[in-house]
Formats: sequence, C-alpha cells, structure tokens
Amino acid sequence: MSEYNYTLLALLVFFLPLLGFLVTILLGKKFSKIYLFEVAIITIVLILSIVIGFFKLGFQVDERIISQFTWIDLKSAGTPYTSFIIELGIVLDNISVIMLFVVSLVSTLVHYFSIAYMKGDPRFNRYFAYLGLFTFSMMGIVLTHNFLMMYIFWELVGVSSYLLIGFWYEKDSASDAAKKAFLANRVGDLGMLAGLLILFTTYHTFTIDNVFGQIALGVLPFNSEFWLTIMGVLLFCGAIGKSAQLPLHVWLPDAMEGPTPVSALIHAATMVAAGVYLVTRIFPLFTGDALLFIAVVGALSALIPATIALTQNDIKKVLAYSTISQLGYMIMALGIGSYFYGYFHLITHAFFKAGLFLAAGSVIHAMHHEQDIQNMGGLRKKLPITYATFLVFCLAISGVPLTSGFLSKDGILAGALAFGSLTGHYLITVVGFTVAMLTAFYMFRLLILTFHGKPKDKHAYDHAHESPALMTVPLIILAVLSFFAFYSFNPTTAEKGWVFEKWIQTPESVVPESARYSFMVPESEIRDRKIIHSETYTKTVHDAHIPAVILSLLLSGFGILVAFTIYYWKKISADKIANSLKPLYKFSLNKWYFDELYDKTFIAFTMFLSKILNWFDAKIIDGVVNGAASVTRGFSKISGGFDTIVIDGFVNFSAFFSGLVGIVLRKMQTGKVQVYIVLLIFSIVILIFYFSR
Amino acid sequence: MQQIPFLTLITFLPILGMFIILALPRNSEKLIKVVTLAVTSIQVILAGVIWSLYNYTLGGVNTQASFQFVERFTWIDVEGISWLGRIKVDYFLGIDGLSAPMVFLTAIVVFIATLSSWNIKESVKGYFALFLLLNTGIMGVFVTLDFFLFYIFWEIMLLPMYFLIGIWGGARKEYAAIKFFIYTLFGSIFILLAIIGLYLSATETLADGSKVHTFNMLALMDPQNYTKDGILSPLNPNNLRLIAFLALFIGFAIKIPMFPFHTWLPDAHVEAPTPISVILAGVLLKLGTYGIIRINYPMFPDITIQLVWWIALFGMINIIYGALVAMAQKDFKKLIAYSSVSHMGFVILGMAALNTAGLSGAILQMFNHGIITSMLFLIVGVVYDRTHTRGLYDFGGLATTMPIYTGFVTIAFFASIGLPGFSGFISEVFVFIGAFGVESIRIIAIISTLGILLGAGYMLWTLQRVFLGKENPKWAHLPDLDKRELAMFLPLTFFVILLGVYPSLLLDLMNKSVNTLIEFMFNSQAFFSVIIK
Repeated sequence: MSEYNYTLLALLVFFLPLLGFLVTILLGKKFSKIYLFEVAIITIVLILSIVIGFFKLGFQVDERIISQFTWIDLKSAGTPYTSFIIELGIVLDNISVIMLFVVSLVSTLVHYFSIAYMKGDPRFNRYFAYLGLFTFSMMGIVLTHNFLMMYIFWELVGVSSYLLIGFWYEKDSASDAAKKAFLANRVGDLGMLAGLLILFTTYHTFTIDNVFGQIALGVLPFNSEFWLTIMGVLLFCGAIGKSAQLPLHVWLPDAMEGPTPVSALIHAATMVAAGVYLVTRIFPLFTGDALLFIAVVGALSALIPATIALTQNDIKKVLAYSTISQLGYMIMALGIGSYFYGYFHLITHAFFKAGLFLAAGSVIHAMHHEQDIQNMGGLRKKLPITYATFLVFCLAISGVPLTSGFLSKDGILAGALAFGSLTGHYLITVVGFTVAMLTAFYMFRLLILTFHGKPKDKHAYDHAHESPALMTVPLIILAVLSFFAFYSFNPTTAEKGWVFEKWIQTPESVVPESARYSFMVPESEIRDRKIIHSETYTKTVHDAHIPAVILSLLLSGFGILVAFTIYYWKKISADKIANSLKPLYKFSLNKWYFDELYDKTFIAFTMFLSKILNWFDAKIIDGVVNGAASVTRGFSKISGGFDTIVIDGFVNFSAFFSGLVGIVLRKMQTGKVQVYIVLLIFSIVILIFYFSR
Repeated sequence: MQQIPFLTLITFLPILGMFIILALPRNSEKLIKVVTLAVTSIQVILAGVIWSLYNYTLGGVNTQASFQFVERFTWIDVEGISWLGRIKVDYFLGIDGLSAPMVFLTAIVVFIATLSSWNIKESVKGYFALFLLLNTGIMGVFVTLDFFLFYIFWEIMLLPMYFLIGIWGGARKEYAAIKFFIYTLFGSIFILLAIIGLYLSATETLADGSKVHTFNMLALMDPQNYTKDGILSPLNPNNLRLIAFLALFIGFAIKIPMFPFHTWLPDAHVEAPTPISVILAGVLLKLGTYGIIRINYPMFPDITIQLVWWIALFGMINIIYGALVAMAQKDFKKLIAYSSVSHMGFVILGMAALNTAGLSGAILQMFNHGIITSMLFLIVGVVYDRTHTRGLYDFGGLATTMPIYTGFVTIAFFASIGLPGFSGFISEVFVFIGAFGVESIRIIAIISTLGILLGAGYMLWTLQRVFLGKENPKWAHLPDLDKRELAMFLPLTFFVILLGVYPSLLLDLMNKSVNTLIEFMFNSQAFFSVIIK
C-alpha cells in the first residue's frame, strides 16, 4: 500500500469513532437505536485496523509512515525561542499498528458485549457515545508522533474514563470514583507537563523523532545528563498516573464503579496500558538511571497490589489489583531494558485481562449485580462457557505453558533474572518471581470461590443463567487469543515467533553511552538489524531462560496448589491463616492504608489550607478594605462637622468675595469656544471626583 | 485603507442605541430589548468585518502606520492655558493584534449578555440604556490610542456598572456596588496621576515642527520624546518612573483583579445580575491586563523588565490562592468568581514571561477566559433563575433533571480546567511554555502548574455536588434549557471548541503585534541604558 493509503486508513480509524461519538450523543435522545451506528462504526474501525495491520506487518514491516501538518506556526521574539512551531501528526510503525488492532478489537468486543450487558439502562445511547469518545482518544495516543498530541489525548482518555466511571452518577461512590480517577491522573499529568516544559525549552519541538535526533547529537536539557534523567522521569509520571502505578494507583480499584465492560476496555486492556505504551514509544530517551527508576516503580506496583489482591472479596477489585500488578510487570520489564517483553505482555495481557473482566461481567450479570465472591460458588455448572473461558484466562495470567501469558511473562522473568545478575539489582528479580506466585494463587482463589464449591447464596444461584451469545462470543474470541499459537509456533518461547523476530525490535537508545545501562551499548551490526544490547546481555538472557522457566513454573504451580489446598480441598482454613497473620492480613485487606494516608495528608492539608485562606480572605484582606472604608467614614464625619462651622462660614464669605471678583473677571470672557470646552471637561472631571469621594 | 470608520461605529453605536431607547416610552419593553439586541448584533457583525479585513502583517504597538482602522483627528486644541501650555487632545482610534482580540471578545460577550438580559423585569428602559453606555465604555477603552480618551472611556464604564449592580443586583447590592465603585475609582486615581505625569514629561513633535505635551500613547512610548527634566523621563536621574509604573499597575491590578486587590470581585459578582456578571468577568477584568500590556509594558519597559519576577510571583499567587479560596466556597457564583481570580493569574504569569509564547498565551487566555467564564456565569444564572438559590449543597442530581444543560456545564467545566480540545488548554500551555522558558521565573512557572490540579479539584467537586448524585425531588420539575438559553450557550461553545482545535486563528492574528511589543520593549530598554550612561 502507498503511504497515502495508509494515512487515509489511519485517519479513518482515528476519526470515525469521533463521528460515532458526535452522532450518538447528539441524536441519542431522538433515536433509541442510534447506538447501532456507533457499533457499526467500531466494527468498520476494526476491519480497517486489520487491513492496515495485514499490509504493514505483512509487506512493509520495516517502514515507518509519518504524516504530519503544522498546527501552530509563530514567529518568536524574546528568549529562548527563535521560532515556535508545533506539528501534529501520526506515525504508523509496528508498535502503533499492533496497538491499533488491540484497541479496536477489544473495543469492538466490548461494544457487542455491552449491547447485552447494558440492556435496559436509561442512558443506553449515551454509554455507547462515551465508548466512541474513548476509542477516539485512545487512537490518538496510539497514533501520535509527538509529545504534545500525546498529552492532549492523554487527558482526553482521562475524560472519557471520568465519564464512564461516573456513568451511574446517581451513586455517590461512582461520582467519587470518577473524580478521584481524574484527579489522580492529573497529578501524574502535572509531572508529564513539567517534563514537556523541560523538553520544549530544550529542543523547541514536540515531535518525538526530532527530539530523539537532537539527543543523539548530544543536546541535553540544561546541558546535563542528570536533567535528561529528570526529564525522562517526569514524562514517566504521566505513565504512573495513567497506568495506575504506585503511588498513584489508588484510583483504579475505585474505578470499578463503572460498568464492567468499561472496566474491561479502559481499566484493564487499553487506557491503563497507555502508560506502558508511552514508555515504549519514548523508550530511547530514557537514561539508565531513569530506566532503573521505572523498573523500581514497576516492581513495587507489581508486588504491593498483588499482596492486596490476596484478600479482596469483590470480584472486580481482585481483578483491578491484578491489573495494577500486571501493568507493574510491563513497566518493570521496560525498566530493565526488556523492551520486547514489556510490549508483548501488554498485548497478551490486554486480551486475557479484558477476557477476565468480561467474564466477571458475565458472572455479575448472571448474579444480578452481586460482586462479592463470598456470596458466589458453584457457578461452574450454571455458567459453563463463562467458566471455561475464565479458566483459560486464569491459566494465561498465571503463566501456565501453552498460553500467551506464559510466553510473555516468562520473557519478563528471564529478563529480570538476567538484569539481576548483570547489575546486582537482585531485588527486582525476587519481586518478579514472587509476584508470579502470588498471581497464580489469587487468581485461582478467585476462580475456585466463584465457580467451584457450594453456592453460598442459594437464591441468586438458582436464578443464575448463562449469558446470551452477545456476551459469550467475545469471551470465546478472547480465550482463543490467549493461546500461544497466535504469537509463536514454539510454545516455550516467543523468541522464535514472528512477533519477536520480525515485528518488534528494541529501538536503540539515543542518550549518551555513558548514561545508558552498560548492557545497552550496542556492539555490532549484523545484516541490517542493529544489535541494541551488548553480547553479554544477550548471552545472559539466553542462559537465564531455562532457569527462569523452571522457577516460574514451580512458583506458579505452588501458588495454584496452595489455592486449591485452601479453597478447594479446604485442608487449611483460610480464616486460621488470616488470624495467625492478623496484622499482615488487615494490612492487605485495607489496601496498605494508601487511601487513608492520602486522605489524612494531602487532601486534609489542601482542605485545611483552603479553609484558612478563605478565612484570611474574608477577614484580613477584605477586613482591611472595609476597615479603610470605615476609617474614611469616620474622617468624613469629623470633617462634616468642620464643614458646617468653618467651611460654610468661609463659603458665605466667599460668596460675597466672588461677587466682587466676578465683576473683575467679566472682562476675561474671550468668546473662544475651545477655551470653554476645555474648561467644561476639566470641570466635569473635577466634579466627578468631588461627588465620588 | 478604508473609508468607513469601523471603530467609531462599533464604539458609539451603543450610544446611539441608548438615545433611541431613552426616546422610547417606558412600557415598550419588547422594543427596547430588540433595539439593544440589534445594536449588539451589528457590533458582532462589525467585529466580524474587522476580523476579515484585518491585516496580519501589521504589528501596531508603537507606530501609527502599523495600526489598523486608524481614525485620528484633532479633538481639542487650545492655545496656552496659563502654565499648562498648549493642550492638544486627539480623537485617536486604532487597533492592533493586542486589542483586536479584545474587541472581538467584547462584541461576542456583550451580545450574549443581551440575550441573558431578556428576563430583566424592573425598569427595563433604564437597564438597557445603562447597559449600552457600559458597552461603549468598554469598547472605547480597547480601541483608543489617546490617553485622555482612554481615561474618559475608563470612567464612563464605571458609572453604569455602579447602577447596574446597585439597582438590579441581589440582596447586598448597595454594599457591592459602592465597594466596586470606590475600589475601582481608587485605582483610577492612580492611573490619572500617572497619566498627568506622563503628559508633563513628554512632548510630541507636530507636523509643523512645534513640540507640545501629548496624550498620544504611541508618542509616550517613544523614549526620544521625553524631555530632559520631566519627572517620568528616563533622562532625569531623579525620575519617578518606578512609582508611576506602580501607580498604573495598581490601578490596572484592581481591575484584573490581582491579589490582594481582589475582594471587590466576589461581592460584585454575587450581587450583580447574571448578564452583568457575564460582562464583568467576561470583559471588564481583561481591561486590567490589557491596560498593563498596552500601557505599562511599552511605556515603562525598563521598569517592567526589572519587575518581571514580581509580576510572575503575583500571577502565581493569583493562580494558587484563587483556586484554594474557590475550593472553600459554598456559593456557586462565588466559587466561579474566585475561579476567575485563579484563571486571570495565568494571564499575569504569561505576561511576565516577556516572550512570544507567554504573551500570546496571556492574550489568548484573556480571550478564552472571557468566553469560558461567561459560560460559567450563565450556568449559574440558569439555575438561579429557576430556583433562586445558589448554594452548592442545595442541589444534586441536576444531570438527570436537566441533561442538555448538564451537557453544556460539562463542556464549560472541562474547558475551565484546561482540557485539551477546548480553548483554555492552549492558552495555559502557552503560558507555561513561555514562563518556563525564562530562567528567572522557571520555578514560579512550575509551582503554578499546581493550579491546574486544584482547578480540576474544585470544578469536579462542584460538578459532583450540583449535578451528579441522586435527583433532588425538590427540583425534579425544573425545565431544561429553552431556546433563548440555547442561543446563549451554543455560540460560546462554538468558540471554545473552535479555538481549542484551531488556536492559530487568534494566535496568528496577534503574533506580529506580540513580537513587535517584545522587540520594542527590549530595544527601548537597551536605549535607556545607553542614554543613562
């Protein structure tokens, strides 16, 4: 396909959802079936993304198609810019094309799923309109070739997320959650904005390629590698917010107030992955220190939410914490230089996590909006399709062989192991493996409590029924995509698969070699493909592969085994463990008290400051103003007395006097109109002052 | 370039309308409103014509030749009144890229305010007469290039505003009106003093070669026009330029309003009727920042450049302080009033940057804030008209009761918190880019970004308290927007989105003037430092 055709198709994929949004929101009241327009549009978008992906990945795998226009073009004066040009544009390279497919596929499946799930909602059409708005915004993030546009759509997905989390705004918990999500994201966005300011001040452009080019030439912010690191970390703050990484992760569990298909689309598969996508997109500008920071944030976000997920009883909350944890995995992978596996896990996770949420939606739908797994159980028989797919997703997320999750997760763990041995940061390795075990445990805990055992709520159980095809078919599609065969012929490793071999290549870092990880300094060039990592690294990763597989299998297997022992065979009582580890248990159950901490510190401080300043404003500042006024009034009273006695006496005298003068002045009348006008105007000005005192 | 005196028309048309209204019988209310609407509509059309004829390559600022739509003729010319000497005042109008956006803004906002005035009940005749007088005053300030005329227009605004708040206002209208009046008059006195000082310190060379003192703003910008011993002359080693700068600055700062001169604003807003709040926040506040850009900057570049850090600091205080105080409000309208304080802070911060990004951002923010805050006050007005209460805790669930209204509310609120796609985003980003680019105020710029977080905080909280949640049965009967109200919101929404998607529309228009101003300031400053040596 020609560049022109690619651009045209990409723009259609980009803007059709916006059209869907506008039409559906504006005509939603008039036509109750207008949502079908949005569904049709998203289906077209999916087909177009597949076409783009087919041609791009099939035939033009090494090309990057960029199309841009000048949005703002100003001449500049003053420091420090000589010109002021902002370009907007899109880039089609392999990572954006694959993301395009992932986003449109999950979005389409969620659209169809929602037709059944949201049936009977009074704001049915509006829901679909918001989905369209979200898809449009997400496409913007995926396609952008510059930082400003990234930021623009970054915030726009924030709004669509706000609207969808708060979709059932009648519930206070929903509107609280929506607000919290937006604000937590804004905190991250502030960091990103600061990063953008440093970036623009240094490079005078927002276009990613131009920035990379200048860094490669040695242009650094404030001429120091340190500030390059800071710039990278600040830009990464955006990802911390959007991908719900620590310490801004608190919004994601609350975001589960939104309709469940929304959680699947936005808060599991796509929007929260935008942070990971951002890091892959700007990966070359991170220094070694910035990457280490990213790795640590990722590791903490993988570990802490995993410990919280162990004890949660809300089916969606477990999945939410698991999402944070898995996103942490991806971020960690990128941070340790395992670029391919970070991105790969983003894709595999998008499918199986969207699947998990949709399956949870199916369960919630069947249980009439019951979300507490303590009231479930035994649903395996009632919801066979949901159960089967849920099982597949559980296996995938736990990294059991033959699944997609095994391929991606194993790569991350191998990378973590290699990273530990190369840099000595073994804690990251340890965290990686621990999380693998925890994940397997809590996912199977969830599976068993929901689908196995005896039903806890007999009434709800009796009324439960398998969801309609509109809901189960998307589940089946996602379950199929959770098998290895779509990514690699070899079920044990992704390295021989086409995704790795042909599509995704680690981009070369542009930062000065002294600022990189030592293992990310390229040594040689083979054929036309650059070797980004050092030979030592390649060898270490290769060697780490087998131990990593064995260890992760053992740990996941152990996790699954423990889950079965406790919840299926009931050999050990969960309550007993909880009791014997009470402080730890409570800590986990209460989510490490992050919310309480923020409430008591940042929020309380802001509200306190706001109240104090309001008082200060009303009493002190306005007090001075009113005080000045009353002092003036006091003076005027005194001078009023003075006026009647002294001045008026003087006036009476002067009346006499002026009569005298008038006789003299009569001779001054010149007859010139200009003189009169001037005198008139000055008199008016003087009068105004006199009267307004 | 033109025979038609566009600026005189757009400025004095309302006065004509006022006379027509005064001639109409008291009870022909409908006709009075139609006349006002006709006048403001023609103003909008004129503004559109001006926009279409505007030449983007002319810079304006300091030379008459580069101004557009110039009208200049001698108004007053008096030979020697005692020691004052010859007094010459010109009727001198013209616009450049700094004032053109404000002219457009005024036309739009006043037109919308007219629609919003439709349900004014008491003494309609007086209201609309004053309304039109106010209109002339505002427009006049933006188009005039003569200081004498400037001051007249500046004062013309004051009186109608006083009565419009004092008669048609809310419960504490007298207090609010007198506070507004005295506070701004207090500022005007400072401005007047500075004007007189400038007048006495500079001379303009006329065509016949004679030198006279002048009110011509362009002549007052030229450092070469200052006499050796003028009290505000840079040549005078004991000059009072700093004091004069501060006098002007305070006079204008009261209008912005800048901390700590802002407390008249919440009172005036809360008591003023909706359309007057719209004009007050939409246009009147911009007079302050416009005055600083038009007068302080080019006439006192030396002082301005010295004080940049302080200007930026006060911008930051406005942003953060305004936002925090807004957060504590329980009255919807007061909250919006304080949000104006916060958002005008971005204008101040952008101005302080003294580079293209910052200054363009500041002027764009003036325009955008004018549009967005007009929407916000209309929003309060809609709910106040229906319920006669403005307490943030008195509502809840209006999204269910009035979905179309809530749609516009959502747009306005998100525009106000600088969401990309809406106009406010561009101006805020420009302000930040500009301010961050200047080393001395970099930290201030970074701290100021907190304002966009706080802004999101109080706006979303307000959205939640008033519009989300369960429908309040007390208000379940409220009707959604009617056609007139839609006619107010739609054009504003249009501009909010248009400038959000295509900001170059205004940025290109002002670019040349902004650069001219900046270059002129730095050149003048260099000139000063040379002559002082």
